[in-house]
Amino acid sequence: MDLVVDGNKAYVYNAGRALDAKRPSVVFVHGAANDHSAFLLQSRYFAYHGCNALAVDLPGHGRSEGSPLPTIGAMADWIAAVLDAAKLGEAALVGQSMGSLVVLECAARHPQRIRALALIGTAAPMAVGDALMRAAREDSHDALDMLNVWGHSAAAQIGGNAVPGMWMTGAYLRLLERAKPQVLHVDLKACADYAGGAAAAAKIRCPTLFVLGSRDLMTPPRNAQDLRSAIVGHRAVVLDGAGHALMAERPDAVLDALIGFVA
Amino acid sequence: MAAPKSFRFDTLSLHAGQAPDPQFGARATPIYQTASYVFRDSDHAASLFNMERGGHVYSRISNPTNAVLEERIAALEGGVGAIAVASGQAAMHLALSTLLGAGAHVVASQSLYGGSHNLLAYTLPRFGVETTFVDPRDLDAWRGAIRPNTRLVFGETLGNPGLDVLDVPAVAEIAHAAKLPLLVDSTFTTPYLMRPFDLGADLLFHSATKFLSGHGIVIGGLLVDSGRFDWDASGRFPTLTEPYAGFHGMDFTEESTVAAFLLRARREGLRDFGACMAPVTAFHILQGIETLPLRMQRHVDNTRKVVEFLSTQAAVESVGYPELASHPDHALAKKLLPKGSGAVFSFAIKGGRPAGRKFIETLRVFSHLANVGDAKSLVIHPATTTHFRMDDAALAAAGIGPGTIRLSIGLEDPDDLVEDLGRSLAASQKV
Repeated sequence: MDLVVDGNKAYVYNAGRALDAKRPSVVFVHGAANDHSAFLLQSRYFAYHGCNALAVDLPGHGRSEGSPLPTIGAMADWIAAVLDAAKLGEAALVGQSMGSLVVLECAARHPQRIRALALIGTAAPMAVGDALMRAAREDSHDALDMLNVWGHSAAAQIGGNAVPGMWMTGAYLRLLERAKPQVLHVDLKACADYAGGAAAAAKIRCPTLFVLGSRDLMTPPRNAQDLRSAIVGHRAVVLDGAGHALMAERPDAVLDALIGFVA
Repeated sequence: MAAPKSFRFDTLSLHAGQAPDPQFGARATPIYQTASYVFRDSDHAASLFNMERGGHVYSRISNPTNAVLEERIAALEGGVGAIAVASGQAAMHLALSTLLGAGAHVVASQSLYGGSHNLLAYTLPRFGVETTFVDPRDLDAWRGAIRPNTRLVFGETLGNPGLDVLDVPAVAEIAHAAKLPLLVDSTFTTPYLMRPFDLGADLLFHSATKFLSGHGIVIGGLLVDSGRFDWDASGRFPTLTEPYAGFHGMDFTEESTVAAFLLRARREGLRDFGACMAPVTAFHILQGIETLPLRMQRHVDNTRKVVEFLSTQAAVESVGYPELASHPDHALAKKLLPKGSGAVFSFAIKGGRPAGRKFIETLRVFSHLANVGDAKSLVIHPATTTHFRMDDAALAAAGIGPGTIRLSIGLEDPDDLVEDLGRSLAASQKV
């Protein structure tokens, strides 16, 4: 489904289902240089289980027009604008990696509109190593290889995809390769520059869920501890042996954690 | 800092797609000999059917043993995923039927396996799909054959039986300039000798009956997607870019950014045409792939020794192997096939058909049968067997003469192979 946000086409995957303002809405926000397909299974489930599911392509990503937004704050406000464009009042937000920072900041800025929050593979601050940032700045394929290898647990790099016949790291690499030049660099810089995690977390009053991978090298569970400490009453699920690409590595576990929490 | 690398080819050959069985710890891939799978509850069932959860419903659509094989070949080829099917022909048909409908046109190499040529030349026209065959070495012919209704460009990495080396980068460039995908049959090379996706191909298939399984014991096919072709940007593939009434109006490219082709192929092609692979077949192919790097190197080493021998024999008119300077694709083979040009090749024997018959019937180590890529060495006379449907002109265009003999070199001691060939060559000249 195409919306118009800030004058640009904004693509939102909704599983081909019409939106209905009377239904609960769940917005899914992908990570750096990804697109809506990162949340394909989970968003499709909610779309067919009584919800408006909106898996967005952030500006400059996937099918959405425009340039990638340079800050987490700008992306957070863009998510609120998506709700406006879709004529939806409130929603639960689900974000992974960079997307987790976006939904965290969005919930802090627009608390009256956010019903629940799910932070998947998250950390704040979200440091980005010099080598990765340099490779991304140079649009080097090395940056994609780093994300692909560090972004999956060792077990996931052997395979065993829950989706039959799909080679997980091959598909992820190809998705990263589809990103336009500099998109990854802009995204990573937005993550690295984001210093508002603690302040945002302190403002969160809605039910919040953390889904973390015990073998996540990009955002190890210990790096989410400050956020967890700041969000009172949160719930946390740590998936044993999982890496950073949680929706691909453990699609059912992520979905099961979300069911009953965000809708 | 060097970019981290994932597992290498030989390791992936053994491991990709399979972790030890979590229930019993079985190290080998279990054979899930089951037609269907118990649902946890009604919602789980509905979610599996509607692709809200990953998993298996019915073994015509997917099976856990097959899924290991699919992941393994996708890993070795550098693809995003794969589909295991009943044969190499089924893999080719699945690719074609996923992309083409009545009114579509294919541009294909004229140097094809006889079954592939038959499907394109005689069977598909009945369903409204036409094919123009071109000399695979003539890049202008590829370019010139493309029409407004062309939907696919197709060739074999090593043409059958003349071993025309497909200039994959050049043909891919021609296809992509016309916003078309390039499909290749990679059976003769396997990912050990060539990874076509690295060279620009978009889709590929294997007859896994050959070198991948490697022992001549099963029939199977594998269709692999690079995930690189932009179906939306092409604008020529409504089966992938428009809502499909057969699956809740699913738009496959919206559903999957990099695997729309595989999604449609599995959800429509396996569901409706049903040419699935038996799980025990997948197990046998997996066993073969575990030793693919070792076997392919030995296949190539033995072939080089046999080619060297035949090239010096008075009873041999010509040997067609791309590593020979006399082969028209010698330079291209050095560039695209640095590890070797495979283990199937043809040669022409002096004395025509009678000498050929005597030669084949005198061999002791080589088996006379219709297959290639076995661990055992094989021999056949293409004009009267694999390519018998083709008329003389088509045979000549494919580089097949009455005295052409095709060999598939196995893993025996190369000295035994050379002695067997030498003895039979001598006998053939006494006819």
